[in-house]
Amino acid sequence: MALVDIKNVTKSYGSIEVLKGVSLSIDEGEIVTIIGKSGSGKSTLLRCINALERIDGGEITVEGQPVRTDMPNLRGFRQRVGIVFQAFNLFPHMTVERNITLAPILNKRIAKAEGRALALDVLARVGLADKIDAYPAQLSGGQQQRVAIARCLAMGPQLMLFDEVTSALDPELVGEVLKVMEDMARQGMTMVLVTHEMGFARNVASKIVFMHQGRVWEEGPPADLFANPRTPELRSFIASAR
Amino acid sequence: MQTLNFQQLLRYQDQLIDGTLHTLLLTLVAALIGTAIGVAGAAAVRGGPRPVRWAIRGYVELIRNTPSLIQLFVVFFVLPGFGLRMGAFEAAAIALGLYFGAYCTEIVRAGLDAIPGSQVEAGQCLGLTRWQVFRHVVLPPALRSVYPAFTSQFVLLLLGTSLASQISAEELFHTGGFIETRTYRSFEVYAVICGIYFALVMIFKLLFAAVGHLAFRWPVRR
Ligand SMILES: Nc1ncnc2c1ncn2[C@@H]1O[C@H](COP(=O)(O)OP(=O)(O)OP(=O)(O)O)[C@@H](O)[C@H]1O
Ligand SMILES: [Mg+2]
Repeated sequence: MALVDIKNVTKSYGSIEVLKGVSLSIDEGEIVTIIGKSGSGKSTLLRCINALERIDGGEITVEGQPVRTDMPNLRGFRQRVGIVFQAFNLFPHMTVERNITLAPILNKRIAKAEGRALALDVLARVGLADKIDAYPAQLSGGQQQRVAIARCLAMGPQLMLFDEVTSALDPELVGEVLKVMEDMARQGMTMVLVTHEMGFARNVASKIVFMHQGRVWEEGPPADLFANPRTPELRSFIASAR
Repeated sequence: MQTLNFQQLLRYQDQLIDGTLHTLLLTLVAALIGTAIGVAGAAAVRGGPRPVRWAIRGYVELIRNTPSLIQLFVVFFVLPGFGLRMGAFEAAAIALGLYFGAYCTEIVRAGLDAIPGSQVEAGQCLGLTRWQVFRHVVLPPALRSVYPAFTSQFVLLLLGTSLASQISAEELFHTGGFIETRTYRSFEVYAVICGIYFALVMIFKLLFAAVGHLAFRWPVRR
């Protein structure tokens, strides 16, 4: 059974239909990269997967459990499905340690010392153990994004969603964040990411999903998809992304 | 013409100290009531059910658009008619607390509005409850952003406690009136009273600066 099963999902904002019947399945350990033009519905799809947005039709299941904004144990579900945003969204008034340990301390009832150990552990995985006592404003964009990833990892997620996590970064900081994500991919984390980094999509993804006008227009392994695009839309997208 | 004479006031030192302490107490009790109302009111105005939102809006508008003195009279003279008996000091604390609460509601609401929705979303995505998001994610930076407005309003409250003299609550201004009737030294009495208010405000300003420094330590990027 697929970890995530998306069946014929539709979603409108007012009278604008943004997702027009999206189907997609994601297996455990897969790295799925969603590409597509601005406005094609990539972020909306990600936000539907962790119940940040209500879907109007179709169904999304994670481990067989239907995902709904009013699902029982939504909070427990959110802990299993992490999401990292373009704008980091760290809490500015908390140190890196507190950002990471807030939710585990409040809701998983771990002790403070345990929290620090947890923070050090996840920070080591993003190469920032020395920043544990810094505040977000004291970090570069790339470092802030790595902390945001670490904060997500601390929840022990089964699935991580990334929405253009490098788009707000200066070009020289993109590499450090991509490297962290590559490491996570190698360690077997199931990941769904929206990105404009075609190199990353080509080299790391196990599956590419090309979205166009609210639909999955084409999908397949990166080698196939980039070498033999079947539709003119994907062909022109690849040409323009180069 | 009479010359200035502060000598006589020395005899009333104890009353002056007592009045000052009562003014302080009145200010702090009203501030406590008002701050609690402000935080709860602001949270409810943003997230509460519609009737509650309307009720709070009504309260805020009513308080902010009517004279505080009349509010004081209503609490002191009208409420007892409904069986709520209280002394002048208690009435003043309640009336001023309600007054401060209305302004605080507006101040805290502005602070909450300044926190981007993406922060709330980030909290939800970590599995925090609505209350946890409010308490840990939204409130601290919101309070920081409105702290200067809050402290100015507090100073107005402190000075405004002098209104309580109108229902004969024992506080500094009332003490002034009392000493004046005994000494006929109006100018000296009110000069001293003024000096004490001024000193109190200065002390609070220093205190607020220190508290702000301790409470809001996190750096902000400009
Ligand atoms: N909260 C909202 N209210 C109304 N319309 C929205 C909302 N969010 C997104 N949309 C619209 O839905 C469409 C798809 O948006 P979405 O953010 O999913 O696109 P995207 O593929 O992520 O684009 P980008 O690459 O620019 O991030 C767009 O037309 C957008 O204007
Ligand atoms: Mg997007």
